Amino acid sequence: MPVWQAMYDEVGNDDFLIIAVAQESRGAETAREFIDEADPSYLCLIDQTHQVAELYNMVNVPNAVWIDEFGKIVRPSETAGSHDAFRSMNRQDFSQTDEALDLASRAQTAYLDAVKDWAINGAAAENAYDIDAAKRHIQLPSKSIALAHANFHLGVHLRLNGKDSEGDKFLATAINLHPDSWNMFRQAMNLRDIGEVMGLAADQDFFDRVDALGEKRYYPAPNIKGFPNEAGYDPKT
Amino acid sequence: MITVIHEHQTLAVNAQIKDDDLWLTREDVEQKLGWTMKPEGLCQDEQCIPYPSDTEIGFLQNEHLNVSKFWNLIGKPILHDETRETWLLGAGHKERSEKLTSLEAPDFRLPDLDGEFHSLSDYRGKRIFLTTWSSW
Repeated sequence: MPVWQAMYDEVGNDDFLIIAVAQESRGAETAREFIDEADPSYLCLIDQTHQVAELYNMVNVPNAVWIDEFGKIVRPSETAGSHDAFRSMNRQDFSQTDEALDLASRAQTAYLDAVKDWAINGAAAENAYDIDAAKRHIQLPSKSIALAHANFHLGVHLRLNGKDSEGDKFLATAINLHPDSWNMFRQAMNLRDIGEVMGLAADQDFFDRVDALGEKRYYPAPNIKGFPNEAGYDPKT
Repeated sequence: MITVIHEHQTLAVNAQIKDDDLWLTREDVEQKLGWTMKPEGLCQDEQCIPYPSDTEIGFLQNEHLNVSKFWNLIGKPILHDETRETWLLGAGHKERSEKLTSLEAPDFRLPDLDGEFHSLSDYRGKRIFLTTWSSW
């Protein structure tokens, strides 16, 4: 979030707004410490049932959509500047090589520069899609994905109402129906850990699932000029 | 009271549960689910879904609609918990896809940290960078 704030300050334009939506089934109190620390001047919202992920067919965080002043999507959901270089990190101490950090940093800079350009120049920006290109880049939800969201929503609702084991069954069904959704997988993991040490849902299960992707990206690279396309990890390890 | 979750709103309704089906009053179907029961069928916006032929037995009874059957008929997911006290009326992939393909940004209404609600459409006129994040 600090990078969004720096970008927002730099743009400093009343015609541009960042809306950062926390996909946070545990609710506002879980998100609060992160928001307070970043002290953002843009709008922060809390989404316990992952409504935004459902509506925009998102599978991971951070994802982003660019919406113009007429309420039209000019860039559909995509990875908001993150890079797969993290996959080469040391799984015990989470340390990363300079090379991986450099890749991640170049990816983020390229993406932020593209957002800034659009924030200032609108439709004339280099990476703003025209109608045809925007439609071409949209990924539409399948019947399984729609059913997965229904299961996920009911699972979260039941968990928040004290029916943990029943809720977990619906969450497990959701994950099976929509295996591409890291949001569902990691949120379910995070809900199961309530009462335990609060931490990143990035344990061995998580890394096993990431490794199983092989050459498939965890963060598919956005089609942005200057965004590094090299994988930054060895798909065989 | 039965809890019905529809379009990310949680509603408490006086519903009837028969076997595995959820029955709602005509009033709730119209006011809470947004489907109007007209002579030609159930209508929303420009679209009308004709009543199925077994109307009297399994679909409409005494001003109540079998919402489970209706939701299946229109290809949307419907789920319930073990007690049948909580029902989730989901959205179908076709309606979500049509909306996205129109490029019209789907609207939503969510609270900020103070519990104040904001809709995406409140900010029409601005370029919006809509991004997600999480603590996990």
